[in-house]
Amino acid sequence: MSNGEHLIDVENLYMHFPVTAGVLQKKIADIKAVDGISFYIKRGETLGLVGESGCGKTTTGRCILQLYDGIRGDIFFDGVNLSQLKPEQMRRMRRNMQLIFQDPFASLDPRMSAGDIIGEPIKVHNLAKGQEYRDQVAELFRMVELEPFMMDRFPHEFSGGQRQRIGIARALSVRPSFIVCDEPVSALDVSIQAQIITLLERLREELSLTYLFIAHDLSVVRNISDRVAVMYLGKIVEITDSDELYANPLHPYTIALLSAVPIPDPVVDRTRERIILTGDVPSPIMPPPGCNFHPRCQQAIDICKTELPELRNMGGEHWVACHLVK
Amino acid sequence: MATTTDEVVLEVKDLQTYFYTQEGEVKAVDRLSYHVKRGESVGLVGESACGKSVSALSVLRLIPYPPGIIVGGQIIFRGQDLLQLSEEEMRGIRGNRIAMIFQEPTTSLNPVLTIRRQISESLELHRGLDKEQSHQETVRLLRLVGISDAERRAEAYPFQFSGGMQQRIMIAMALSCDPELLIADEPTTSLDVTVQAQLLEIMAELRERLGTAVILITHNLGVVARYVDRVNVMYAGRLVETAPTDELYGNPKHPYTIGLLASVPRLDSERKESLRIIKGLPPNLSRLPGGCSFHPRCEYTFDRCREEVPQLEEVAPGHFRSCFYDADKLRK
Repeated sequence: MSNGEHLIDVENLYMHFPVTAGVLQKKIADIKAVDGISFYIKRGETLGLVGESGCGKTTTGRCILQLYDGIRGDIFFDGVNLSQLKPEQMRRMRRNMQLIFQDPFASLDPRMSAGDIIGEPIKVHNLAKGQEYRDQVAELFRMVELEPFMMDRFPHEFSGGQRQRIGIARALSVRPSFIVCDEPVSALDVSIQAQIITLLERLREELSLTYLFIAHDLSVVRNISDRVAVMYLGKIVEITDSDELYANPLHPYTIALLSAVPIPDPVVDRTRERIILTGDVPSPIMPPPGCNFHPRCQQAIDICKTELPELRNMGGEHWVACHLVK
Repeated sequence: MATTTDEVVLEVKDLQTYFYTQEGEVKAVDRLSYHVKRGESVGLVGESACGKSVSALSVLRLIPYPPGIIVGGQIIFRGQDLLQLSEEEMRGIRGNRIAMIFQEPTTSLNPVLTIRRQISESLELHRGLDKEQSHQETVRLLRLVGISDAERRAEAYPFQFSGGMQQRIMIAMALSCDPELLIADEPTTSLDVTVQAQLLEIMAELRERLGTAVILITHNLGVVARYVDRVNVMYAGRLVETAPTDELYGNPKHPYTIGLLASVPRLDSERKESLRIIKGLPPNLSRLPGGCSFHPRCEYTFDRCREEVPQLEEVAPGHFRSCFYDADKLRK
């Protein structure tokens, strides 16, 4: 299935990683990192993906980019089913979809100059040579508000925020239409975070980009996203418009997650209800039966323990997977 | 909020902690003064390298020498200047009367000792309990921080716990000697929000119950708004603004504080409400600009800011700031 309005369509995506043991590396279990999710991203929109560590948000992003073997389910990019592409076709397709990493310190090769880091994808995909190549790299520097004279410097000479700009410029170098931003600001200081968020928003407008914005910080995600999907233990529990998610959250997990985020204004914050979840997220190797969230849910009833809730549309494209929501 | 009294537990006066590196003298903490009362929770906020952690480590005299050294000031804890004590006397205070919780529980716990061994060490050392008593006490502390099945889990090793659980253990350990002052340095930064909420609630409850004074160091302005009575904002090693929490958030009077508050995305703000940006980068501490350290990034800078270092002055009761610009003309 594909819809002209959608750039990305994910259908029944599963990504299980084997757990092996012993000398023969026999498979003893599966980590169900992503466990049957479906969603779409419209052209030109930002879909936020939030959830706590280990909920499968990063794995989902990487599945869309086909960075694993053993992905089950279908992922359509602009109507093309990526799982049916030959390796060579996929290689060309990759130019359209890029990734920005969390840690700007770990994701840049320390022995390459900033100019080479940013220009490498242009060479790999044979997009430009000679003077044209140099012009393009200089243009990319300006696009992310770095000075082209910094081209010959090495990563260690840049601050965290500047390195993230280099990572963004590298992703933009092959002129993609879709970018997976995986926690792009979580390693940065507050004032630098705001600079990078603003930069990403400006670039999206100017270059008509579509983003999947993965982060654990709900305030950041809400600020940048048009719609937000909330993940818990490999599954999407709620997906809706980002204003609606804050004004009218339906899933008990979303409600608890929102209430755990303090608002930097003591007068406003004091008026909010606080729900403190107990316990930790269960292991994705043996997720609880029924609704994944039931052991931590204060409202769980019998059906939650046995039956998996489906993601249902509650009207106005507000989807939620909970037996209690009528 | 806990009941605070006027009893001052800790008073930091003109603290100067410098580091001597190849790049030259680094004034990590420069003439910092603040105090914490009994049962009060004080927040130290600012971005990386603003000196918030160094100032906390200075209180416990844990600055590695070389390269760091406390070159001036006083740290008065219960009427006693900690900087005048011998190393031996200091050991009687650390972990006993002043406890500290660090950001990374994984690196702060000893991986090869059971949880019981690690907690009972300080109980036996500082409180003089025998083996049996300290065992009982360990179990009690683990229950206090919400670890179920404490009896059995006391015998487990750190790797058998999640990050959130390890941080609970750190809190249990910090509380083991009923400290008068607890310093928490980014205690929840590496944890998920729901776990962060659990831990901060535990800490708030214990403060209420035991009257412990708390210094909470964090870059998270939301956490500060929820859990702190008074906020100290630091920039480039100096205190730039200090006020009771409601006053600081409702009425910020330093351009840096205003900029910081405007640059945090808020859960309750309209989507796509654009963030206001503080331009530029935090300064390199070994090459600080002259005058006010914030002037190159400040939108209100005028001549005086480049030449003179502003001192803290009171703008409202209990509200101090260091800035030359007219407080009433600042844009919020």
